[in-house]
Parts: sequence; structure tokens; C-alpha cells
Amino acid sequence: MRQASAHDPEKLQTFRTGIMRQAKGTIMSVNHAQRVDLEVVADLIPPQSRVLDVGSGDGLLLELLQATKQVDGRGMELSQRGVNECVARGLSVIQGDADKDLKFYPDKGFDFVVLSQTLQATRNPKLVLDELLRIGKHAIVSFPNFGHWRVRLSLFVEGRMPVTKDLPYSWYDTPNIHFCTIRDFVNLCEELGATVEKATALDANGQKIGLSMPWWFWNFFGQQAVFLLKR
Amino acid sequence: MVALRTKRTNNEADEPSSPVLRFGADKPLKLDAGTLLSPFQIAYKTYGTLNDARSNAILVCHALTGDQHVASTNPVTGKPGWWEVLIGPGKIIDTSRFFVICSNVIGGCLGSTGPASTNPATGKPYGLDLPIITIRDMVRAQLMLVDHFGIEKLFSVLGGSMGGMQVLQWASSYPERVFSALPIATGARHSSQNIAFHEVGRQAVMADPDWHGGKYFEQGKRPEKGLAVARMAAHITYLSEAALHRKFGRNLQDREALTFGFDADFQIESYLRHQGMTFVDRFDANSYLYMTRAMDYFDLAADHGGRLADAFAGTRTRFCLVSFTSDWLFPTEESRSVVHALNAAGASVSFVEIETDRGHDAFLLDEPELFAAINGFIASAARARGLSA
Repeated sequence: MRQASAHDPEKLQTFRTGIMRQAKGTIMSVNHAQRVDLEVVADLIPPQSRVLDVGSGDGLLLELLQATKQVDGRGMELSQRGVNECVARGLSVIQGDADKDLKFYPDKGFDFVVLSQTLQATRNPKLVLDELLRIGKHAIVSFPNFGHWRVRLSLFVEGRMPVTKDLPYSWYDTPNIHFCTIRDFVNLCEELGATVEKATALDANGQKIGLSMPWWFWNFFGQQAVFLLKR
Repeated sequence: MVALRTKRTNNEADEPSSPVLRFGADKPLKLDAGTLLSPFQIAYKTYGTLNDARSNAILVCHALTGDQHVASTNPVTGKPGWWEVLIGPGKIIDTSRFFVICSNVIGGCLGSTGPASTNPATGKPYGLDLPIITIRDMVRAQLMLVDHFGIEKLFSVLGGSMGGMQVLQWASSYPERVFSALPIATGARHSSQNIAFHEVGRQAVMADPDWHGGKYFEQGKRPEKGLAVARMAAHITYLSEAALHRKFGRNLQDREALTFGFDADFQIESYLRHQGMTFVDRFDANSYLYMTRAMDYFDLAADHGGRLADAFAGTRTRFCLVSFTSDWLFPTEESRSVVHALNAAGASVSFVEIETDRGHDAFLLDEPELFAAINGFIASAARARGLSA
């Protein structure tokens, strides 16, 4: 976000306001801390890139990227309501399912394919990640870390599936069917032959955890992670 | 009365009340049927002003039984233009900002050369002597109109149903001439079921003894009964079961009880009869045959080795597709397959499916979500094109 804020603090403010609007749950039940990852994601994308945002929600990331990076941005979103809102705001978004519809995109058709906070809600995360790496020259994936100490504590002490600020759903109504930890994700990347170009973990306050910290530390204290990958 | 109507339609066919562009022997229209149409003419309407850069032109393509009178009173029916809810000063497609062109398609009956037009070789209406017209032929003619205005690149091409087919054809045939494309409630091909419905309509027309092998004008007749039946059947496909039930249910028409006869006991019967009757007043039966055939023949993928994505290879046009949940004539899947092809071609594409029970005809109605989508798409395309608000 450094780059963006240096260029256009006003737009960044608009973006943050957008996040806060989300936080109140008027648009989607996604809260602030979760969406801080969007700023980290945006930071990874150079200006004028071709970007596909898979699971683009109500289009906040696309709007941010168009405003601050002049990207050629496209979105795919499962919810028809989200899509219609995006198109009404002038964004190039289609209704689609990450599990089914990525196959229609050509190889390396985009500089960056972003999957933000969606991997854990896919039916086949391995296939989806494989598709992201095929379609994009780079893939950016952000996800909640199920290895976070609060999650571990909930299971260990209470013996219950965790319901936290970031993972507000009960086990029976959650759209998140494939949780993973940061370590799990790194393993999957290896299995798919993906190179981790950059990785960032964010703590409960949305602050980046120091790069010098070891993986186990990230896996314990990182509430969410953002990975830049390529293959 | 019949003679009067016959005369009026015929006049509108040769000497329409809208501007006409006439092409002589030096500029024939090349038809997919393998022949040249010459001379021929295009009747059109324009709204708004073309800017100096000629960059604010929007071409509107009309549907099966539409015409060029998109945003002004129809001279035949006296009714408002067929898309006045969308197009006009201060409307979503703002004619104080954009230069809107709408032409009657080739094969139509309101002034562009069609079966009701006079064949210069015989001095009589073409009837079935007119070669079969395709969607691509219609678009080729529209290109000549656009060239006439000196427009290098249309800011947008939009249309629903058969109009949407033309939009897709435009984007495929002349990608460098189309900055943005808005195909609504349409598909890249006519489905078997749709061809089936059209065939029923055509057979109804041709079964009418007043059709006279297409030479009814010469007999001073018109196959009104056949055309009305064709329209009644087609009209059902433009609605949805839910909308029909909501509007008419099993309600009786001006009566307390069933009459135990074949009168129009039910409101839906009366409604359809009315639709059929009013349609024959404004539309030429042979033209109906040509229009339905053009739609039946449309298959954009077939023109590109069966791969729809190849129809849009390398396109830089911005697309926005719209479908309606209750449209069973062009179900969402038809639009979605176009979207997938555009994805494969790397095109910029938006796709909105709108929840409504109003069926295929929803695209002509006051649908706030449709307008919001068009508004957002046009606004962002205008920004990208550098058009001031």
C-alpha cells in the first residue's frame, strides 16, 4: 500500500472507508481485519498489469487497483448480487465459480490472478490453485491461517471448532470447507511445483509479521497469509 | 380496410417516413446467399449529435419485429419508440451526449430493402424473390450506413434478442470498429427449440390461403390470420409461465362462467388474440419469414470452425452481456457460453444475470437492474474512450 498511498492518499482513504462500510456488514459479512489483506495484495501488483480477481466480492480490490495502479482488471464472483453491483459501478465482472469456470481462461492470459480469502471456500483448492498458476504469470493467494494460536487454543482447550472475529461462522453454516494452515499451503505449493516469490503473514491487528521470523512463528501468530506465487 | 393497410405498409417499405440511404448499382450489398442485392436502401433514425471526433456514436440493433423508431413515435402504430425507456435526452443512453443510430434491418418492412419493397426489375414487391438475408448481411448493410456517417469506430453497439445477435456479429466481423458491445438476452446461435417455434410461425403464415405463395400484395390480400397465429405462438415464448400466471391466471374474459364453446373465455386467449391482431397491422408477413430465417441461420461458432472463442480472437472490444432468469428463449446458459468464449479470447467482459419473471421481453421493459448495468458499463466505457460526461 506504500506505493498507492504515496501516489493518491485520497483514493486510499476512499478504499479504507469502503472497507469500514463492509465492516458494518451492510454489504458483506467480512470484517476489517480480514480485508487488510487487500492492501497487501495491491502492493504486490505493478501499474498497468492485467489482473483477474477471482472471488471479487463487491469489487473493492478491483476498484482500488484501477484507481491507484491503472490495471486492466477483471473479476469473477460467485454471487450474482455482487456481480450486478460491480457491473453497475463500471467494473468488468462476470458471474462464475472458481471451481468450474477458470478452465475457460487461456494460459498466462493475465499478469496476476488474485484469489483473496476464497481458497478455503472452494471445493477443490488444489485444482483451483493449479488453474491460477496456469492462467496467471503470477498468482496471489490470501487465506486465513488455521494454524493461528487462537484456533489451536479453541480446539485444544474448549474442544470446539473455533469461531473468531475473522472466522465468524459456526461449523454447520460456514462457507469455508477447506481450511489450511500456512504450512499446509506451503506444502501444496510444493506439490504443484509453484515457486513462492513472496509471502506475508499478518497478525491479529493486520500488521505484517517480520520477515526474519521462522515459518513456525508465522504459522502460530499469523492470522492470515498472502502469497505471491509463480510456476 | 385491408386494402388501406396493404397500401400503407407498402408505402412505408419503399418511401419510409424516416431518412433513407440509397445505394445504387455501384454499391451492391454482398449477401451470404451468394448474390448481390442492388440497388438497395437503408431506412434509419438518428438521435443526438455526432461530435467532432465522431467518437460518440451508438448503434442500436433492433429485434425480430422491431424497427428504426427506437426513441421516437412510431409512424405506423403511433406508439412511443420501442426503447424509449432507455434511450432519449437525460435517459441511460443519453441522446444529449451520444449520437444514437438505429436502422431498419435489411429484410425488414419499414423502409430498408425487404420482401415488401418494390423489386426494380419487376416493378412489383419482391416477395420471395428476395434472397435469404442473414444476420451478417444485416450487419454488412449497417456498416455501409456507419461508413456513410464517417464513423471510424462506434462507441457502442447494443441490442437485445435478434439485435443482440447483430451486436455479436458486429464484434466478430468488425472488432476494430466496435469499442464496446452490449448483447442482451441473446445467444451466439439459435437453438433447435427456437428454430422449431419459428417454423411453426412460418407454417402458419404459409398455410393462410391469403399468402398466395408470397405474392399477396399483387392479389390485394394479406395473410393476416396466419401471421396473427405466428405472432400468438411467438409471443408466448417472449413471456414466462410465472408472468402469464401472475397476469392472467385462469381468469375469465368479460364473463362470469365458461361458455362451453371456443370463444376467448380466458383472459390469456383474449390477450393473445389482441397481440396477433395488432401485429398484422404493423408487420409484413413475408418479412416475418425472412427475419425468423435470419435468426435460425445464425451460428457464430459454425462460421469459425465450431470454436466460438475464435469468433472473437484478439478482440479489444469491451463486452457486457445481460440475461434474464426467466428467459427460456435465450436462457442464461446461451449468454454464459458467449462469456466463456470471450474469456478464452482474453476479452474484457462483464456478465449480468437479472432475476425477473418477465421472460425474454424483460429487455424491453423498465428493469432497474438492467438499467444499472447498462449505465455502469456505458459510463466506464465512456471514461476509457475519453468521452466527457
